[in-house]
Amino acid sequence: MYIYDEVDKTLLAERLADFKDQVARRLSGELTEEEFKPLRLMNGVYLQLHAYMLRIAIPYGSLSSNQMRTLARIARAYDRDYGHFTTRQNIQFNWIKLEDLPEVMAELARAGMHGIQTSGNCIRNVTTDQWAGVAPDEIEDPRIFAEILRQYSTMHPEFSFLPRKFKIALTAAPHDRAAIRVHDIGLRIHRNGAGETGFEVVVGGGLGRTPFIGKTIKPFLPKRDLLSYIEAILRVYNQHGRRDNIYKARIKILVHELGAEKFAAEVEQEWLKIRDGVLALDREFIDDIASRFRYPEYESLENGVRLGNPDFERWFRNSTAIHKKPGYQIVTISLKPAGAPPGDATSYQMDVIADLADRYSFGEIRVGHEQNLVLPHVAQRDLPALWRELAAAGLATPNVGLVSDIIACPGLDYCSLANARSIPVAQELTRRFHNLDSAHAIGRLHVNISGCINACGHHHVGHIGVLGVEKNGSEFYQITLGGRADEHAELGTLIGPAVPYEQVADVIEDIVQAYVELRERPDELFIDTVKRIGVEPFKERVYAAH
Amino acid sequence: MTSPLQQKLKITGPVVITANRLSDGAVVYLDANKAWVTRLDDAVVARSAEDAAALLKIANADDISAVGPYVAPVTEAGGVFVPGNLREKIRTSGPTFELPASPER
Repeated sequence: MYIYDEVDKTLLAERLADFKDQVARRLSGELTEEEFKPLRLMNGVYLQLHAYMLRIAIPYGSLSSNQMRTLARIARAYDRDYGHFTTRQNIQFNWIKLEDLPEVMAELARAGMHGIQTSGNCIRNVTTDQWAGVAPDEIEDPRIFAEILRQYSTMHPEFSFLPRKFKIALTAAPHDRAAIRVHDIGLRIHRNGAGETGFEVVVGGGLGRTPFIGKTIKPFLPKRDLLSYIEAILRVYNQHGRRDNIYKARIKILVHELGAEKFAAEVEQEWLKIRDGVLALDREFIDDIASRFRYPEYESLENGVRLGNPDFERWFRNSTAIHKKPGYQIVTISLKPAGAPPGDATSYQMDVIADLADRYSFGEIRVGHEQNLVLPHVAQRDLPALWRELAAAGLATPNVGLVSDIIACPGLDYCSLANARSIPVAQELTRRFHNLDSAHAIGRLHVNISGCINACGHHHVGHIGVLGVEKNGSEFYQITLGGRADEHAELGTLIGPAVPYEQVADVIEDIVQAYVELRERPDELFIDTVKRIGVEPFKERVYAAH
Repeated sequence: MTSPLQQKLKITGPVVITANRLSDGAVVYLDANKAWVTRLDDAVVARSAEDAAALLKIANADDISAVGPYVAPVTEAGGVFVPGNLREKIRTSGPTFELPASPER
């Protein structure tokens, strides 16, 4: 965990005092809604269909057990007893009252949390691999650079009013668990031919109305140059990004319209002016940031897990992964039990997870962009006990990465932008695929659902993508196949006309059944079958039947 | 350019004026006394564009009680007015699924 210093604490205290005053002035009528709206958005406060929604940043998805308990308390005292973990490693509360917000923000600040820069046209919460620091395949801990970027971008005066919102993601492993190629800037830490570590810089990725896979504009950027190069990108975007049309304002449009080569040349030109200035990162500074991360004091253990109970074994094989330290395991907690809204956790579950994190994971929890949670440091000998306690709280569904591990945005049940519901579609699918034997036989398959073209459910990069649209007052759903968000990121291909709400679960069941019949062998993954045979066979199956 | 407030309002059936209450975001409707109420049953229903525009003007003038007023369709069913589309139905009745809940402690 990263330990905040006095600078962070002072900043939060000052922002809290400002916000408290702003809310009081709004409630008294001194501020109009037009004046207040940008102020509340800067603190992560949205107005949704039937209530205010508060989005709280979880920097690079890292939470302490105490922070989780704070979230549980807020859910109980100020909301409706649950929270929703998002695809950007944040949490949202859907029923917060404006008049309670100063107290809620004060509780958050006491725990080192806030909603700053979770909305607005600024640099948003920097995200990374939920297994950062513990994954055996990573080169080094990407959170150190995520933290440097967090400090750099927090209330940066030059980049607080960009043409549009701006999202940065990092990974330090060859297998991309952070979806870096669909972010405004994606950074991949890797080694060059000389054995030095630096960043591959990917720019202009994004989903939404006009999806693009990001383009690499710098194959290798030395660490010392990270901030100056990022600043050069932001300056070029800030100057040339379109402010006249919200639909064309993201950096992906600029990169697309200029072309990646020309965009890179503009960045290079800007960078040369600043690369050796104050933003150059020296070793001492990087080491200082790294020293503020507290790593667990691991025991010297040998690998070994006692299997035997088939239910435990299934969970172990599905929901845990090898840790970089012998004798330890990374545990993913599925927030996708059959029939539940994806990514939601009750205050009771949050408290249970906080207690389990204290007892079994050095007090640390991670949030993944797939809307599941992670206990990153569990001794293998503790796994059976942990599993039993998770199961008792409804948190041990062994469906991680399977067809029922669905990513879904809040959709029309909450969101004022949505055209169609996402959660009930996800719930119906999790019920249909609740049989774990079948789900495991189907294998890895990611279903992503968005309730509108803004794509918060990342439908473009779902193996099966589902996009809700509205037609003549009714909900319809477009289906795409073959998308993926990993190191081989691709956008899915639309299979044909949208299908009505009543048929969407049947259609997806048909697609899955077609895959089972069409795969060459039981271990050919859905995504590989689609790659091999294209979408036509699935399209024929769907439109012949519906 | 004509401001959205000055643009001619078009409606195809009965409508109400709805918004979110400032203090807590709750869904509210304008009633015949120009007050905000939480029950759709108590809302004043406009049947012409002129009436709807006049009510919207009243709603927009009140920036303290409610936020973002707009015209929402309603339909008559069995002598009462109900939301005219799914979005408004969800605003009136809440999410269409059971909300997560902790066990009794």
